[in-house]
Amino acid sequence: MKLQSNIPSGPLAQKWDKHRFELKLVNPANKRKYEVIVVGAGLAGASAAATLGELGYRVKNFVYHDSPRRAHSIAAQGGINAAKNYQNDGDSVYRLFYDTIKGGDFRAREANVYRLAQVSVNIVDQCVAQGVPFAREYGGLLDNRSFGGAQVSRTFYARGQTGQQLLLGAYSALCKEIAAGSVQSFTHSEMLDLVVVDGQAKGIIVRDLITGKISRHSADAVVLATGGYGNVFNLSTYARNSNATAIWRAYKRGACFGNPCYTQIHPTCIPVSGDYQSKLTLMSESLRNDGRIWVPKKKEDCRKDPNSIPEEDRDYYLERLYPSFGNLAPRDISSRAAKRVCDEGRGVGESGLGVYLDFADAIKRLGEQKVRERYGNLFDIYHEITNENAYRTPMRIFPAVHYTMGGLWVDYNLMSNLPGLFVLGEANFSDHGANRLGASALMQGLADGYFVIPYTIGNYLAAQKPGSCPKTDHPAFKEAEENVVGIIRRLLQARGKRTVHSFHKELGRIMWDHCGMARNEAGLKRALELIPALREEFWHSVNVPGSEADLNQSLERAGRVADYFELAELMCRDALERRESCGGHFREEFQFPDGEAKRDDENFAHVAAWEYQGPDKPPVRHVEPLVYEEVKMTTRSYK
Amino acid sequence: MKVRLKIWRQPNAAAPGRFETYDTPDLNPNMSFLEMLDVVNEDLTARGQEPVAFDHDCREGICGTCSLVINGKPHGPHRGVATCQTYMRSFKDGDTIVVEPFRARPFPVIKDLIVSRKAFDKIMQAGGFISVRTGAAPDANSLPVPKPAADEAMDAAACIGCGACVAACKNASAMLFVSAKVSQFALLPQGQPERERRVLRMVQAMDEAGFGACTVTGSCEAVCPKNISLDFIARLNREYARALLKGG
Ligand SMILES: Cc1cc2nc3c(=O)[nH]c(=O)nc-3n(C[C@H](O)[C@H](O)[C@H](O)COP(=O)(O)OP(=O)(O)OC[C@H]3O[C@@H](n4cnc5c(N)ncnc54)[C@H](O)[C@@H]3O)c2cc1C
Ligand code: FES
Repeated sequence: MKLQSNIPSGPLAQKWDKHRFELKLVNPANKRKYEVIVVGAGLAGASAAATLGELGYRVKNFVYHDSPRRAHSIAAQGGINAAKNYQNDGDSVYRLFYDTIKGGDFRAREANVYRLAQVSVNIVDQCVAQGVPFAREYGGLLDNRSFGGAQVSRTFYARGQTGQQLLLGAYSALCKEIAAGSVQSFTHSEMLDLVVVDGQAKGIIVRDLITGKISRHSADAVVLATGGYGNVFNLSTYARNSNATAIWRAYKRGACFGNPCYTQIHPTCIPVSGDYQSKLTLMSESLRNDGRIWVPKKKEDCRKDPNSIPEEDRDYYLERLYPSFGNLAPRDISSRAAKRVCDEGRGVGESGLGVYLDFADAIKRLGEQKVRERYGNLFDIYHEITNENAYRTPMRIFPAVHYTMGGLWVDYNLMSNLPGLFVLGEANFSDHGANRLGASALMQGLADGYFVIPYTIGNYLAAQKPGSCPKTDHPAFKEAEENVVGIIRRLLQARGKRTVHSFHKELGRIMWDHCGMARNEAGLKRALELIPALREEFWHSVNVPGSEADLNQSLERAGRVADYFELAELMCRDALERRESCGGHFREEFQFPDGEAKRDDENFAHVAAWEYQGPDKPPVRHVEPLVYEEVKMTTRSYK
Repeated sequence: MKVRLKIWRQPNAAAPGRFETYDTPDLNPNMSFLEMLDVVNEDLTARGQEPVAFDHDCREGICGTCSLVINGKPHGPHRGVATCQTYMRSFKDGDTIVVEPFRARPFPVIKDLIVSRKAFDKIMQAGGFISVRTGAAPDANSLPVPKPAADEAMDAAACIGCGACVAACKNASAMLFVSAKVSQFALLPQGQPERERRVLRMVQAMDEAGFGACTVTGSCEAVCPKNISLDFIARLNREYARALLKGG
């Protein structure tokens, strides 16, 4: 198989315009003859479903949540980037493009990223028109803040609830289309398989989470916007129910998986405190605008009251190591720096796995009121969880799994190698290379949904005869349904002794230890022995109580964890094969003497896209070379 | 610490429910309330029983999924937080804690502690939006919004749609929820063109869904995890009267 990226020819800045002109259009009267399934209603799915509905397609939208408004996007805190240059501080489409390419450690497609930067300006316009209450200055114009990896202020925000406000904007657009009858909304409905007919994606199999009923849905095209897969690690900043099942089952139907090992570990999260812990809480990166990160210079100071440690005994290590970006160094770099100081024994807090994020200077400079205005809700969250007052003592933070840059492989049109299957938002692999910059996921999700898919899906549909989509009595639907029912029965029939959660926890531990912030050959090989063994045990001795014909949260979780086992293995495999360090993928064997990541552009300037070969054969690793026409690949430096 | 739980168990909407009593294993006071339920569920599962079904997702107070009435209070003992942000240190060793689903006619129980809040989506679909087509928006800074208006709109927009306001109200009124959305848009220039139409339709949808009337007892504000103010209900009433006068 050859992976066709379908990047348009011509100068970078003109590719998208030219491509939009060349894409085939569906005539307005014909649009209502096409049915499109959109799975997911996060930023990517809700914006796509609403916009496709507006255009006149008949859209079916599926979510496992009880309402589209509850998608995990709701939890994004810090902001969304756009190259508006409202601050007149030197920003431009080109700079946002360059920052994103460089932030991704030169492992993303130039053309996709340039398009993302171009449409970023339209996104903010759209959201404001929807009534998203972004922060404003006294003059009534929009306010901005800075995020990691950038030297300009281009992040738009709504207090610490930007994701919530953007999602509610997209959800309101979706509500408008549901009311208009162009979008049919299915809630509490989990997609459990993709149906492929003659090599093309033509439907899905869905379980009603309340009644357990399995149903078949056919369509002319299927859009997956089902989010990231970081919950493989069990402990993460994701919502508890975020999962990989939709993309994983699509992978098992032939969709290639791009760069599965690229995961983002976010530097500013509240440290783990107990064995019972169910999730990790992010403290938005925006805090690094005003907070200073440090650890004691001396190990023996680590247990002392931080306020008692004098200035000269503190190591503001990010400011020391990366003077030009300081506390706003990108996430992968900041996380690894935190790991290094903790490995040296200079970590703080009970576990020694923590560093300080200190606002004392900011409070002195701006006053407590101003700091409260900017970050009050984050300080409140911190207080609820730790019972500590961060206005008085510095926060303790530590890196945690936060985002997955990898995902289903897509071409420039966001279509997978399976024709008719489109993948948007965090579920695809496309724009962030090996590391995502802050405030860029919201931008990408909305870019994909509002401004890319509405054009590119038309090009695919124009080639499909209206009314030609297969009926749900087609054998492929029957087979897929049987597959789903088979998995459910197997899980329920194991009747073993161990809970789903205990397996998930153990798998997460293996992944964190061997495929987390730092990886090496021996560890990855070890993980590749441990995971299959644990998976074996899972299928024999998992205990899933309850029935299939009922709301059954243990069963839901079991199906997701079953998929994590397989995905975890692929992630380790990918990490093992990528014998270089880049962005969030840090292989200990490949580093500079100062501990910075060492890329190998000669051998690894490519996307690795894995193709499933069946349960008993290893997957095949395909390669899509990354061609840089515009920027020069350099060693990424934030010094 | 250990506590005794009296938890509402109900197999489905049609079947009757009842309280079951569970004694928890040893707990860490720094656990969240939902982590405590996780522990109880692990224990039940290990003993071959069906775990308690409860709603949750983000576990940081933003998605609005978690519900629960704890000792008679929606979202538990503390003001301004959701159930998922409630910690066991708020209880004492040996306490008995009663855990029920949100109870309101428009929110039927689905199973155990999970209720359906579809009625909220219906209200939103009736008018909780600004009709702007993708791609049709003017430049974001072409429409300045005075900071106080933007800030107040944000105060209203912070609603997470959990439904605690309804569960706390003796009439199961959804006024606080509706007022938050109506106020957000009424405060912003973008919301003006559909201002009257929106409020009339949302209020009508609210009535049709079976939510009761508001008698301004303030119990909704007291349990709101986002501290949405009762002032917005006053604003909703004004908006409604104004729309009626203008004839929508
Ligand atoms: C705590 C936190 C803070 C963040 N802050 C920021 C930030 O400030 N700026 C930024 O740019 N990014 C941020 N991010 C990242 C960003 O929020 C996410 O990457 C982004 O919102 C993902 O959006 P999405 O639409 O792709 O998927 P999601 O929002 O995860 O939505 C997935 C949707 O798919 C549905 N779904 C999934 N699987 C199935 C299935 N099998 N069947 C049916 N439905 C299914 C779900 O119901 C849901 O509707 C943050 C992330 C976290 C965890
Ligand atoms: S679980 Fe999201 S608000 Fe409580």
